[in-house]
Amino acid sequence: MKFLKFLFIGIFFGIILVKSEAVSWYRIFEMFKFQSFHMYGIIGSAVGLGIILIQSIKKLKMRSVEGNEIYLPPKEKGVVRYILGGAIFGLGWALAGACPGPMYILLGTGVFSMLIVIAAAILGTFTYGILKNKLPH
Amino acid sequence: MFALIYLGKTFGMSSSLKTLCSIGGAGKYSDFFRFDWKAQRWNLIVVLGAIIGGFFATNFMSDGATIALSSETVSDLQEFGFSNIGETLLPQEIYSWNNVLSLKGMSILVVAGFCVGFGTRYAGGCTSGHAITGLSNLQLPSLIAVIGFFIGGLIMTHFILPLIF
Repeated sequence: MKFLKFLFIGIFFGIILVKSEAVSWYRIFEMFKFQSFHMYGIIGSAVGLGIILIQSIKKLKMRSVEGNEIYLPPKEKGVVRYILGGAIFGLGWALAGACPGPMYILLGTGVFSMLIVIAAAILGTFTYGILKNKLPH
Repeated sequence: MFALIYLGKTFGMSSSLKTLCSIGGAGKYSDFFRFDWKAQRWNLIVVLGAIIGGFFATNFMSDGATIALSSETVSDLQEFGFSNIGETLLPQEIYSWNNVLSLKGMSILVVAGFCVGFGTRYAGGCTSGHAITGLSNLQLPSLIAVIGFFIGGLIMTHFILPLIF
């Protein structure tokens, strides 16, 4: 079944983020207080490895399993949406101690009150969709 | 992330929220949600996997050790009146049902979730899409977004959390 590989990626992602404590509210709080290198180490090593991998993909013109050339869509240009949207996201991230990935993972660890956060996040996404054309980008 | 790129997809968790909106029929209200969500099903499978992964990691791979937070962090949180700091992944002061079912507790979760959902789509990505994939691909917009994440995060942690707790 072709969806199985995505399921395994998700499981792997979930386990890594729990074991590295990146899904912990406390670790996010500590990060924003600059009191530990922990989160910076995780994000930094992911980005470091990511840069090397993506540059190699581009140099070697690697193909995906389906045989298509690998293409990462560049992010749209702009400043306002990234600063404003980013800051709104950051407020929520530091308050909930969880960004979208960890929300699901934490639900799996048995924190069912996370369903409220996920529902509110879906509502937030929906609201953005409604207001999109009225917001500066 | 590499595995997903290799499979021909872009790594980012927050897109699943948009997909869930579309499935719920949000296309009736905005073009933004009018896309072929069936093509995005892989996204939800990753979500399902993440939930299973979280379940596995806590139930079969955890020794129940306390998170080794820095001593400054622990004392800052004690000042907030937090207890059992680091014994679970999330503070009971925010996530236990006792607290969630109060007006304050419920507002915290709803506001936090709403900001994450709204902000992530406005900024076009979250931690995984911008900080990890975007920065790895040397995207300037992602760097700006990460700076935005920190502006919001620092304001919350240093100014708003002390007002709440």
